[in-house]
Amino acid sequence: MSINRRDFLKLSVAGIAIGAFPSIAFAKSELLKKKGQRVVIVGGGFGGATAAKYIRMWSENKIEVVLVERNKQFVSCPMSNTVLSGKRTIKDLTRNYDGLKKYGIKQIQGEVTGIDPEKQAVMLANGHLSYDRLIIAPGVDFMFEQIEGLNAKVADESIHHAWKAGAQTVALRKQLESMPDGGVFALSIPKAPYRCPPGPYERACQVAHYLKNNKPKSKVLILDANPDITSKKGLFTAAWNELYPNMVEYRPNAAVLKVDVANNTAKTEFEDIKADVLNIIPPMKAGAVAGMAGVVGADGRWCAVDFLTYESKVHKNIHVIGDAISAALPKSGHMATSQAKVCAAAVIELMQGQAPEQNPTIVNTCYSMVSDMESVHVANVFRFNAEKQAMVSAEGGGVSAKRSELEGAMADYWLENILNDVLT
Amino acid sequence: MIKKYLFVITCALGLAFPAIQAQAEVDKHARNLAASCAACHGTSGHSAGGTPVLAGMDKALFIGSMKDFKSGARPATVMHQHAKGYTDDEFSLLADFFAVQKR
Ligand code: HEC
Repeated sequence: MSINRRDFLKLSVAGIAIGAFPSIAFAKSELLKKKGQRVVIVGGGFGGATAAKYIRMWSENKIEVVLVERNKQFVSCPMSNTVLSGKRTIKDLTRNYDGLKKYGIKQIQGEVTGIDPEKQAVMLANGHLSYDRLIIAPGVDFMFEQIEGLNAKVADESIHHAWKAGAQTVALRKQLESMPDGGVFALSIPKAPYRCPPGPYERACQVAHYLKNNKPKSKVLILDANPDITSKKGLFTAAWNELYPNMVEYRPNAAVLKVDVANNTAKTEFEDIKADVLNIIPPMKAGAVAGMAGVVGADGRWCAVDFLTYESKVHKNIHVIGDAISAALPKSGHMATSQAKVCAAAVIELMQGQAPEQNPTIVNTCYSMVSDMESVHVANVFRFNAEKQAMVSAEGGGVSAKRSELEGAMADYWLENILNDVLT
Repeated sequence: MIKKYLFVITCALGLAFPAIQAQAEVDKHARNLAASCAACHGTSGHSAGGTPVLAGMDKALFIGSMKDFKSGARPATVMHQHAKGYTDDEFSLLADFFAVQKR
């Protein structure tokens, strides 16, 4: 349901664009009376919550920030694969938003129904919020239509993706618990780019860890749409071979095209795979809010931005951060927070009539748990390259030399610290 | 002392604003660089646990550590990879930023 700019203009001309009701009524429906300069942020995940906090902190509370998020609580996607092995529960990964109160962020729990880039307003069921600048951090939505037989309902009820931490993560763990010994857990990975590049391979490790201790005759079958393992290949294959010998089977170029829900079967171009647990991670695109804002690119999936400000290439005063952007950057929680800080600094400068930072330097680190105790990571610094108008990986980045329990502990520290940086 | 007089004079001439502004720009660049470290070392270097607290860290010790991570002289799980992404000048900017953060 993405309205591109052209369609949006057409709709406006026809006078039926979202929010095109008489201006007096419009003024009345303002949810929070706007006095000074206001930034509205839609999406309170890693990116959105970070942007909210840092704009308040760095503007010395001069800029009003309204954060709109549909969920009551924050559930960390990073480390949620460990719920599958039983190392953590979903509760361990759940936080509330109370820690952001001290920054004076106005928080609204609700669902955005539309965005009007001309009027500069965000619509909710019960009214609207005017903005001077809007930051959207919509995360990803799933392109179920690319897999015949799959849809949101099926994903909720039986063939889970569990690629947003929450109810499906818990449900997938239950399926694993009721799987017979000797059974098959099939995990399907979409073509890159998708959220969390190493995540599916980490998941294979976490599932294998559970099976090794509980159902050792079982198998994890990875059906990867990509031609090869997309992240930390050597480290993951070493973990599979050494920790879970003969348990993890990897098949490249194996995109799932169709599912047979009644028979729990996945079909690739070459074969039908009947599994005891089918865990299909569908292809992804920018979350629906990006479509409402009309900032999705020609590919129909991701949003092009300026890397100095994260302002959309389509609409002025709308910034996009996190998984939803089109960039040669990993779609990770850490990366979303890094982008959020560049965006926060730039938004403040722009609103105060100053030039934004010309040399943004950001980092990403992804830890993956390969067992209950051991972890591996990939770490990179990315710097702005003016010639390419892109963020480019700096010298020296890379992966762990080998998996270790020391890094397992570091992964825990990383999670604690990043959640604190985002939410407190 | 001379600097102080110069400052008074520039102020009197109404020229201080650009100077102050330039100063603030430098600080913001350091602040922005340092924000990258927060995911592991906490907001403004106030670690929530496990990783070292960078807030209030001695400047020389900080720069020495970063250089040793970069060269490989100091073993690390992850800092060697981060340190290599920054210049020595940036190490000093970062050191200045963290040194003045209250512990
Ligand atoms: C992915 C997590 C991570 C990030 C990001 C990170 N660090 Fe570290 N830092 C660590 C860990 C872990 C250690 C302990 C050494 C090791 O194992 O690498 C450490 C150690 C250090 C030390 C040594 C402190 C002491 O007391 O000896 C300094 C200085 C430091 N980091 C500075 C920085 C700076 C500056 C940045 C940002 C540019 C940064 N770190 C980003 C994880 C991180």
